[in-house]
Amino acid sequence: MSSNAITIPALQVQEKPWVDRLHEWVTTVDHKRLGILYIVYALTFLLFGGFEALIIRIQLMHSHSNFVSPQVFNRMFTMHGTTMIFFVAMPVLFGFANYMVPLMIGARDMAFPRLNAFSFWLMAFGGLLLYFSFLGGSGLYGAGNAPDVGWWAYAPLTARAFSPGHSSDYWTLALLVSGFGSIGTAINIIATVLCMRCPGMKLTRMPLFAWLNLVMSGMVLITLTPLSAAQIMLLIDRYLGGHFFDAQAGGSAVLWMHFFWIFGHPEVYILIIPSFAFMSEIVPVFSRKPIFGYPVMVAATVCIAFVSMSVWAHHMFTVGMSSYANSFFAITSMMVGIPTGIKIFNWIGTMWGGQIEFKTAMLFAIGFLFQFLIAGLTGIMLATAPFDWQLTLSYFVIAHFHYVIVGGILFALFGAFYYWYPKITGRMLSERLGKWHFWLFLIGFHVCFDVMHIPGLLGMPRRIYTYEPNRGWDTLNLIVSIGAFIQGIAILIFVWNLVSSYFNGAEAGNDPWDAWTLEWSTTSPPPAYNFATLPVVASRRPLWDLKHPEDPDSLYE
Amino acid sequence: MSAATIPPVEMPQSWTLPYRAKVGMVSLIIAESAIFTIFVVAYLFYLGKSISGPTPKEVLETPIFFTICLLSSSLTIHFAGRSLERNHRGAFLGLWALTILLGGLFLIGTGMEWHRLIYQHGLTISTNLFGTTYYSLVGLHAFHVTAGLIMLTIVLLFALAGKVQQDQFRRVDTLALYWHFVDAVWVVVFTVVYIVGR
Amino acid sequence: MALADPPGTNIFAPQSTPAKSILDLSIFVLSITGIIFVVVFTLLVYSISKFHATAAGAKREPAQVYGSTQIELAWTIIPVLIVVVLFLATARSIHAIQDAPEPPGAIDVTAIGHQYWWEFRYPKLGIITANELHIPLSDPNHPTPTFLQLLSADTDHSFWIPELAGKTDLIPNHPNRMWMDPHRTGIFLGQCAQYCGTQHAKMLLRVSVDSPEDFAAWVRTQQQPAGRNSSATAGRQVFEHTACINCHTVSGTPADGRFGPDLTHLMSRATIASGAAENTPANLRLWIQDPDAIKPGSLMPAMKLSDADLDAVVNYMETLH
Repeated sequence: MSSNAITIPALQVQEKPWVDRLHEWVTTVDHKRLGILYIVYALTFLLFGGFEALIIRIQLMHSHSNFVSPQVFNRMFTMHGTTMIFFVAMPVLFGFANYMVPLMIGARDMAFPRLNAFSFWLMAFGGLLLYFSFLGGSGLYGAGNAPDVGWWAYAPLTARAFSPGHSSDYWTLALLVSGFGSIGTAINIIATVLCMRCPGMKLTRMPLFAWLNLVMSGMVLITLTPLSAAQIMLLIDRYLGGHFFDAQAGGSAVLWMHFFWIFGHPEVYILIIPSFAFMSEIVPVFSRKPIFGYPVMVAATVCIAFVSMSVWAHHMFTVGMSSYANSFFAITSMMVGIPTGIKIFNWIGTMWGGQIEFKTAMLFAIGFLFQFLIAGLTGIMLATAPFDWQLTLSYFVIAHFHYVIVGGILFALFGAFYYWYPKITGRMLSERLGKWHFWLFLIGFHVCFDVMHIPGLLGMPRRIYTYEPNRGWDTLNLIVSIGAFIQGIAILIFVWNLVSSYFNGAEAGNDPWDAWTLEWSTTSPPPAYNFATLPVVASRRPLWDLKHPEDPDSLYE
Repeated sequence: MSAATIPPVEMPQSWTLPYRAKVGMVSLIIAESAIFTIFVVAYLFYLGKSISGPTPKEVLETPIFFTICLLSSSLTIHFAGRSLERNHRGAFLGLWALTILLGGLFLIGTGMEWHRLIYQHGLTISTNLFGTTYYSLVGLHAFHVTAGLIMLTIVLLFALAGKVQQDQFRRVDTLALYWHFVDAVWVVVFTVVYIVGR
Repeated sequence: MALADPPGTNIFAPQSTPAKSILDLSIFVLSITGIIFVVVFTLLVYSISKFHATAAGAKREPAQVYGSTQIELAWTIIPVLIVVVLFLATARSIHAIQDAPEPPGAIDVTAIGHQYWWEFRYPKLGIITANELHIPLSDPNHPTPTFLQLLSADTDHSFWIPELAGKTDLIPNHPNRMWMDPHRTGIFLGQCAQYCGTQHAKMLLRVSVDSPEDFAAWVRTQQQPAGRNSSATAGRQVFEHTACINCHTVSGTPADGRFGPDLTHLMSRATIASGAAENTPANLRLWIQDPDAIKPGSLMPAMKLSDADLDAVVNYMETLH
């Protein structure tokens, strides 16, 4: 800590008793602290979810493996999916939105700071509820168990007859509670973006980051709530003897599928749009050019949001819908590819003619572009319904959506960590460890998920705890598992980088990347009030205007 | 800790942004609408699919009086807000209390209907699909009325203590927005359950 | 069983019209997406390699370009055209497979998914069997396709034989339909594709495509009542006096349970426990004694029979040809 003393005045880090500091964190309503809480919380669950993934991969390394029982395996994939979507991806993206949106629009906090804290703690307790099921799923008197119904929890597998005990209830309650938290955060982001912008920050001048999080929040309002409604119905079925999804009483299993996927598919976009937001900040800064086609990027995002709400039943091509319904959902699903493609082109357009600096953040952004391209193309294959009849529910579809979630969302997220860590902590992340992290993760990712497509094409269904030796899936699965472990090592390097750079990283200064948005105009980390005087802006890149008074953006917009 | 560089930009002449409480409430209403939509869809989807009785035709009676109560409470709360805006404290207090009374009457109506259905017709939430969807849809609405009444009552208590000032009319209007939403949902629920559903 | 070609589950080796037309569409889609990939990938690699920062350029910012309407229009319209083409091909294929009429000579089978096995009923032929579906070869000139009605007795399942057709789910209260017309005889493998509970993994499927003569012979065997063999009377007694008969049927005997597979012609099947084990006396004995040893979590209870009873029951099973 001796190097600190030179640069940071000692009074800044006046030591308080740890209880006081803990109390400050627990009772905080500051958007930056809550953002950090979200991110740390999500990273913790990332380790849980990753651990579950590794158990799955050990079990599948070879046929007829007995590493875990089928019961444990089923819990692992259920918990892995639920954890990664609801308690890693959602909170970490909300965390960045919480931290960055007010800074980027020149505000001192979110619109509703207390609602913000409430939302975070709802989500936090949701995750605890989910994991408490390991102890309490069958009641504390017996061996507990975690939910094992898959993260879609298709009816009637969740009915009391097929899912006794309380594990499914913990799953339902965890998602219901964290869902309310997400809705609270979404309301907060919308109100913040619409009502808290600093003078001059018109909607047309907002950083794309704020725009995309606004659109994402709007989607949360409309699409997360159907899941909450369906969860309430499931609880009514399980506790009050209702018949919503009870086939014996005329209830419909298909109705649950519709309700779940009305949420489930837009959810993918709720996760990917904030990743687009990261991309739209990182790519321009490291290409040294403004984002290409800003209005088109906004329009494409809004377009994605709308179209993505009418594609849900492409998860249900095998359910036996009419050929007209199948055709409808096939074309809407393909249509989503158009605005998404436009976005990819615009990022390439941003890089085109620039001077790309290959910092770790940019490497991850480029990795995103490459993988998201492939994920989009396998998505087109899955959108062609007849092809989907073969591919869905197989390892091909697993590979596809991990390409989206890991190759896309997680890569963009890693980029965001390398990009904003200096702002959040005041320290640079180690570029040397960062390069190790990037290359190892990239290799692990491709070894794992490129190969994973193939067993799907060879007929391997998802969610099986073991398989027959005569199917020719053994070698492929072994390779996939090796790739998973390489990614695991890369994640550990990343976590080590986060921890060690916090103590030993180079001083970041206000603006280490020579960037253009308002968060880089204040100190790193920003003071509690963000800005001593509220900024006034005249263009989309206020700091560019400041650094280039002879050629400000405001002349061109 | 000097907050560094502020871009040297002229302050725009006028800079007004929407009222954040209203934006927040509208967002909440959008989210709530989606929840109600799902319950309404479930109700409509399961119309006539119950395997056993009773059916809506046999047991439901249209609650016209209580519907009038609830819908007119939208008017009273609106004029309560206007009274506060003009600083007519007495009128505000009276109209606000009337709103709570009308909302309370509506809840009593729902309670009486449920009592009749349960004890006279033996229809509970677990009887058949109609029971399941009916009680959850109407119950979800009644839950929102209850939540609204609690919030209205809190405001009433503050008002009685003289803590609700003229300049707070926008906050009161935000709450009124929620109450209008609850009424609007009832129009939908009423149409679906008592008109389409029979 | 001795096949030159080991049975596969490769979606690129279709042996039936629906699987074949899916493959044709797939090849088309793969080519289009392949072209898109090559184009965009080239652009991406080019821009990375061409426009990296240089020491010389580090001092100066590059030209600030904000966008271009023409370019945006170009990369909007081209994808729209691609989507139109893809959609037309898709819609045609959906219609061809899903709305295919059932010809008069078709075989009707009702497939019922159970946790974790398959029940097959041939309503026109009066046959009930389990786990191994027999269907006739379909001659393209005189097609005898098989039309399956798909039902579920409990949770959701999905019927998937990759080389014969795409998957279709079996959902309670929601009858589905699919068809296939195999062009080659032999064994085809597949398994339940929709997660249905603990033993989803070992809900395997086995389809035997028979020549018309073999199929007719198989039908005749299946239509016989259970064989009576005096050598197995002891086993039969044990079987009929334990809980076995609550779940299993042996036609012509008091055993008429429907919860588990029909055992009338058990010995005509190559596997037991829905494909989890070969149908050998040793496996059969183990399965009756301790089902969890073969398929942990299966709904078949361990019968706790004495060794003598166990041998007798296995002996009885061996007579059910």
